[in-house]
Amino acid sequence: MQNSKNWETIIGLEVHAQIVSKSKLFSGASTDFGSEPNTQVSLVDAAMPGMLPVINKYCVEQVIKTGLGLNAQINKRSVFDRKNYFYPDLPQGYQISQFTQPIVGKGSIEIDLKDGSSKEICITRLHLEQDAGKSVHDLEPNKSYIDLNRSGIALMEIVSEPDIRSAEEAQEYVKKLRSILRYIGTCDGNMEEGSLRCDVNISVRKKGEELGTRCEIKNVNSIKSIGQAIDYEFKRQIEIINSGGRIDQETRLFDEKKGETRSMRSKEEAHDYRYFPDPDLPPLDINDDWTNEIKKNLPELPDVKKAKLINQHKISSYDASILVSDKNNAEFFDKIVDGNKKRNPKNIVNWIIGDLFSLLNKNNLKIKNSPVKAEDLGELIDLIEDSTISRKIAKNVFEEMFKTKKKAKDIIEKKGLKQITNTDEIESIIEKTLANNKDKVEQYKSGKEKLFGYFVGQVMQETKGTANPGIVNEILKKKLAN
Amino acid sequence: MHIDKKIVKKIATLSRIKIEENEVERFSNELSKIISWVEKLNEVDTKDIIPITNPSDIKIPYRKDEINDGKIKDKILKNAPEKKAGYFIVPKVVE
Amino acid sequence: MTDLKNINLEKCLELLKGKKISSKELVSFYLKEAELNKKLNAYISLNSENAIKSAEESDKRIAKNQARPLEGVPLAIKDLFCTKDILTTAASKMLKNFKPTYESTVTKKLWDAGAILLGKTNLDEFAMGSSNETSFFGASINPWSKDNKQYVPGGSSGGSASAVSGNIAIAATGTDTGGSIRQPASYCGIVGLKPTYGRCSRWGIVSFASSLDQAGPMTKTVNDSALMLDVMAGYDKKDSTSADLEKTNFYKNLKNSKKLKIGIPKQYKNDQLSKEIVKFWELGIEFFKKNNCEIVEIDLSHTEYALATYYIISSAEASSNLARYDGIRYGLRKNSEDINDLYEQTRSNGFGDEVKRRIMIGTYVLSAGYYDAYYSKAQKVRSKIINDFNQAFKKVDVIFTPTAPSDAFEQGSKIDDPIQMYLNDVFTVPVSLAGLPAISVPIGLSSNNLPLGFQIIGKRFDEDSVLSAAKIIEENANFKKEMN
Repeated sequence: MQNSKNWETIIGLEVHAQIVSKSKLFSGASTDFGSEPNTQVSLVDAAMPGMLPVINKYCVEQVIKTGLGLNAQINKRSVFDRKNYFYPDLPQGYQISQFTQPIVGKGSIEIDLKDGSSKEICITRLHLEQDAGKSVHDLEPNKSYIDLNRSGIALMEIVSEPDIRSAEEAQEYVKKLRSILRYIGTCDGNMEEGSLRCDVNISVRKKGEELGTRCEIKNVNSIKSIGQAIDYEFKRQIEIINSGGRIDQETRLFDEKKGETRSMRSKEEAHDYRYFPDPDLPPLDINDDWTNEIKKNLPELPDVKKAKLINQHKISSYDASILVSDKNNAEFFDKIVDGNKKRNPKNIVNWIIGDLFSLLNKNNLKIKNSPVKAEDLGELIDLIEDSTISRKIAKNVFEEMFKTKKKAKDIIEKKGLKQITNTDEIESIIEKTLANNKDKVEQYKSGKEKLFGYFVGQVMQETKGTANPGIVNEILKKKLAN
Repeated sequence: MHIDKKIVKKIATLSRIKIEENEVERFSNELSKIISWVEKLNEVDTKDIIPITNPSDIKIPYRKDEINDGKIKDKILKNAPEKKAGYFIVPKVVE
Repeated sequence: MTDLKNINLEKCLELLKGKKISSKELVSFYLKEAELNKKLNAYISLNSENAIKSAEESDKRIAKNQARPLEGVPLAIKDLFCTKDILTTAASKMLKNFKPTYESTVTKKLWDAGAILLGKTNLDEFAMGSSNETSFFGASINPWSKDNKQYVPGGSSGGSASAVSGNIAIAATGTDTGGSIRQPASYCGIVGLKPTYGRCSRWGIVSFASSLDQAGPMTKTVNDSALMLDVMAGYDKKDSTSADLEKTNFYKNLKNSKKLKIGIPKQYKNDQLSKEIVKFWELGIEFFKKNNCEIVEIDLSHTEYALATYYIISSAEASSNLARYDGIRYGLRKNSEDINDLYEQTRSNGFGDEVKRRIMIGTYVLSAGYYDAYYSKAQKVRSKIINDFNQAFKKVDVIFTPTAPSDAFEQGSKIDDPIQMYLNDVFTVPVSLAGLPAISVPIGLSSNNLPLGFQIIGKRFDEDSVLSAAKIIEENANFKKEMN
């Protein structure tokens, strides 16, 4: 849809990520989500007369970490600016932000697309700023209720270059960004709780022509919404241009229920924010020593990890992406790999992504809370490898492990599921089976080859599925050949 | 530089100060005079000069990431002209 | 009988310690004097009830020999300092009923040192003004007024100056952004000190212009000034612009006289200066020469641009600092069904004309298209002004100038012409832009029998030299008040 009809969509994303920290950016009040209104508000957050900001060092470190995670330039000097405007959830009448000299400069992240290709999306900048409070509009018909708990929480605003060309790219960008932030622990990426928010800047143009007028879409609160909003906007803008109209540069809101964007009803007054350096705060100086110290302690980033997985363990790019999409996945995988060098990584991946994820999803669990621990799954895999049980039996054992949290060995022991590999034993069971099905043997020998499966089935039934299928096949073939 | 009535009204809106029609002219005159007066700064050669925001060279002081504030809802709401159920109340704001 | 009326801080502490007077006597006396002199309109509110109680407690401590540095002394506090549970109005209708739930750092230090709140003094609204005529609570009067003429006490700390000069306060605090301590001190014939920017904490002081505001003492003598500053000064981790320095010893250090190099800026000597001011300037120079100080001519070549620079920067910062007065969390509120109308009604109603003017100028100079021409330009000129001082201080220890271009003017004579009003700050403003310490000390009376003060400017954090030099002027001028 997007690349058809010679139309192209140019998209840039502004992502606001709430920083993980105990206290706020410029005040010592808590950042916890969901408390009673105005209980996590200090005098500074409420902008009482005479109050002054003091910066939280940990928030600065979190930003440096993030900048490093985005392969971005960490600026040695940055300045806090005041962004001035009036709104009830903005007690100071200005937001402390960064305008001309942000803390992080240019960077980039790589995204993987469905068609197997990769694309680099550049990041223009990342700056540090305060979050605003919350307005609740539906508690009374003519009033809005203001809660300042969120006012002053540290936010990172991450601005991408307009490198994005499709809804899929936009979604992958946000997913990748979120996974990096979660990986390094600087943001929990929880879009439902509002700790990750997205504004979409989108314009359209006929390929080869000049850039079109862009619109900003706010209130896009999920990955799905990002896709929907872009698809809707793309159509809307093309329709307008095709019918001879012009696109108004405006801010629009995404309506999740309708899947549409609409113009904001409030007066479109010129937003003159009158940025100027905040005289209450000296400039922020970050020296190389500090950056290097943080770099040293940074966890391995998803892309690096992914490359390692592919190169060292030869698993597919797609599978590697899934493993690194969540730090906990990768850790789970690593534990199993490290537990026994003989284990086959591809095997491990299949068990995790296939069997484990399927059961976790069914039971609404995260891998962190998996009833089957990494070591236990590793053990199970070993038991298949050394032929103690067959792969088929193993799947049942795994389900049992998941349900009861018991170890594989215990379940196998209790249920007598050990694989029979003794050829004599299998031979005798096969002989017994063939003896009990003389008529079918006759039919087989006179051409009904399909009955081979029936005999295998019977042997399996007899052994409760524990006979080694390979051996059964071999011996059965020999016996029937006679 | 003359601050005409249109600019006065725009500035008044930006600062959320209501200027009555009969006051606009007065403010226009006063503000114009003041702005003309400060324009003498154009006489100063400031090429290559870095602007100064604060006369001190104090390094930004850092705060430890600990929760040592907040939980003072009563103090926060004490002076509020209109409050209910722990919230500040304002006329309905349309988004 | 001890004359409690013409007493200064130092003497007061001596008498209290020597148990010659009690704090209760002192406080009661001053509360009464304040009541008797309501015509000065120096106080917005008096702390009648609590002050007596605190005095009694101070007397107990003194009796047990547990006196703290300022034990039992009543002080007048400019109504810009937030005092816990006590009305803090900034002389504005906007905050006319505001009682903070917190105490400013500077006043807390004073109370922790045993001082007692006598009352909150009058000022220009939100500290914007040079005459105390813009106060919502009416103008304050210069105690030197006579012949049925009302003279201004100066501003913005007019109330504090009037109270100390009028002997209805022993000492007071003020704040200085462009001269708001020094100029009223000059007009009222008292000592007013603006410390180095960062010396005193700004936490809990209603903010006007963040890069310029400083709290400071307003007293009868230089010794008193040093005494008070020792208590008021100090690092505050709640203020990111607060300087982290060693504990001060200004009072003790005054005992050691210093041999100083005195700078006289040639640009301040212009033809517009009155003969009277020139005469006193030369007199002051003689005083210094008598004390073996070397006189050096210095260059502060960007002086003429300081006022414009100041008005752009201070208005810009004020326009942003006063945005929080919106009727939602505290202060005046004019209700409406529309939020923007609520803001507009509240702010138009709550702010006086001068405050509105400055907010609008500030908004204008920061707005799109004008930022570079005005605000950014002003910050660059500021840099040049700071550099002028840095160069000058390579040659001298302190700089000696008039505090104001004239003595106090009559009430109502300049209020209709904002620029005429702004010109009062011509000598004080450059110092504020550079964040330097400066004091105004009375040198004599004008031909109109009104006080004239002169200013001594020092290097950053060198209040010691400033106080030392001020002492020389004080001792030689032997300024005696001749009140009717």
